[in-house]
Amino acid sequence: MSIDAEQVRRIAHLARIGLDADEADRYIGDLESILGMVERMRAVPTDGVAPLPHPIDLQQRLRPDVVTEADQRDLFQADAPAVAEGFYLVPRVVE
Amino acid sequence: MSADSTLAGWAARLGSGEISCRELAADCLARIEQGAHLNAFVSVDSQRVLDVAAERDAIPRAERGPLHGLPIAIKDIFCQAHTRTTAGSRMLEQWRAPYSAHVIERLEAAGAVLLGKTNMDEFAMGSSGENSHFGATRNPWDDSRVPGGSSSGSAAAVAAGMVPAALGTDTGGSIRQPAAFCGLTGLKPTYGRVSRWGMIAFASSLDQAGPMAWTAEDLAMLLGVIAGCDTRDSTSVDAPVDDYSKALSAPVSGRRIGIPSALLGADVAEPVRVAVDEARQTFERLGASIHEVALPTALAGVPAYYVLAPAEASTNLARFDGVRFGHRCSEPRNLTDLYLRSRAEGFGSEVKRRILTGTYVLSVGYYEAYYLQAQRVRRLIRDEFLAAFGQVDVILAPTTPGPAFALGEKVDDPVAMYQQDVFTIPANLAGIPALSMPAGMTGGLPLGVQLLGPHFGEATLLNLAHAFQQATDHHLERPSGVRE
Repeated sequence: MSIDAEQVRRIAHLARIGLDADEADRYIGDLESILGMVERMRAVPTDGVAPLPHPIDLQQRLRPDVVTEADQRDLFQADAPAVAEGFYLVPRVVE
Repeated sequence: MSADSTLAGWAARLGSGEISCRELAADCLARIEQGAHLNAFVSVDSQRVLDVAAERDAIPRAERGPLHGLPIAIKDIFCQAHTRTTAGSRMLEQWRAPYSAHVIERLEAAGAVLLGKTNMDEFAMGSSGENSHFGATRNPWDDSRVPGGSSSGSAAAVAAGMVPAALGTDTGGSIRQPAAFCGLTGLKPTYGRVSRWGMIAFASSLDQAGPMAWTAEDLAMLLGVIAGCDTRDSTSVDAPVDDYSKALSAPVSGRRIGIPSALLGADVAEPVRVAVDEARQTFERLGASIHEVALPTALAGVPAYYVLAPAEASTNLARFDGVRFGHRCSEPRNLTDLYLRSRAEGFGSEVKRRILTGTYVLSVGYYEAYYLQAQRVRRLIRDEFLAAFGQVDVILAPTTPGPAFALGEKVDDPVAMYQQDVFTIPANLAGIPALSMPAGMTGGLPLGVQLLGPHFGEATLLNLAHAFQQATDHHLERPSGVRE
């Protein structure tokens, strides 16, 4: 399995994780060895086997359509990095 | 048999009035302080612990819960209201949970005294306890060795005698492997048996909470309290909760135990092989019969898991964006910069490695070959277990390839670290319950063996483990300096 720096940078950007050049280089080797190990699984014959997303065969439960949550905005925002007047603050998006 | 340091032992002394809840809590706090070099705890609020214990002492005898006054440590992945909850990450270093996890509510309602939040591999990603923002936890049996992970602090706290029991979580072995490395008994319940509500998510189709203690008897007390349906977790299963304590003493004679020889073809240290063989002989003496079972795909569990778990993690951890909670970088230039740098600074290297792996296997062109193939392998593994449980009641296997390894030994080789999970991962993929219990010693370090059962077969696992512990003394071994 061969990975290059461009692929690592692309994945890191998709995952919104900033990497410096040294880190990107280190992850090339890590991802290559992890995906190399994963190759063993790709050899398992699975023709006609349906993917199993979840270990227990569950039905989604239904519940009455009533409000069960109280408004706790102040509590939830107490630990937010930056808030004002009940809103979460981020850098300006639209100039 | 000495059972002084067990949950049942303390329950008896609290019941007789030999010791008060507050005295016991103070004793635990002193031991936590003495063992500070093990780095087992991230947060302990001593005054609050003593206040809660004193409240318990004031409860009239007739109104006491099943865990009245018993000190229990909590892995720092469970939200506890108005208490710092870090998941071992810089990302949540300053975050206080606004509500309590279901299991915390249950323990408190049962009268337990929660001693503090234990150290762990960041976001439960690790098999050694070394991936914590708060530093590595050390093994009480030998402090140059790892305690296992990811429930590293929970295992070390119990093994060091700081608390008689702790809660952990197990996504690929994170309760059972540290239990084995620290000489404890630990149970990963059936997926859906214990509510995940208020447990910080790593891989949602695999994560399950469970207890860690010295004995199966103690696990039965704890599981009886934390198991049960909770509608706030949509995967919580509405199945009746057995009387686990009552089930302990059922006869073992006539039980059928499966041995998966194919799984034992993996690299296993000789003392582990011997421990499994001796456990088999003990069960035979107790009247169980031994049968060969085939789990031909189980060895593909590690690669399937290291596709599925990172894929789910990469999705779950997208919530840590530096906006609503958690770490935010200073002076972001724009919104993208805020995301990139907050996550770069907030996550440690193993978490980044898994997010990158997960993002890769979910990306266009690889989804089918990796993610869907891993889910197909998952079905094969689960169906092989279900077929095996048509033949046998439980399966006996090693918990780990060897005893606790040295700190630093595997940190530079992620694949070698992942291979530690070869015996524990199959139960998570299949959603079945599995219990690790002490089964011998090698070079002064404990070894564990594992019992795996069918979905909702916890009572059978606890029954067999209890019978084993009545017939053997492995669970009575203690690190030097720790009370028996």
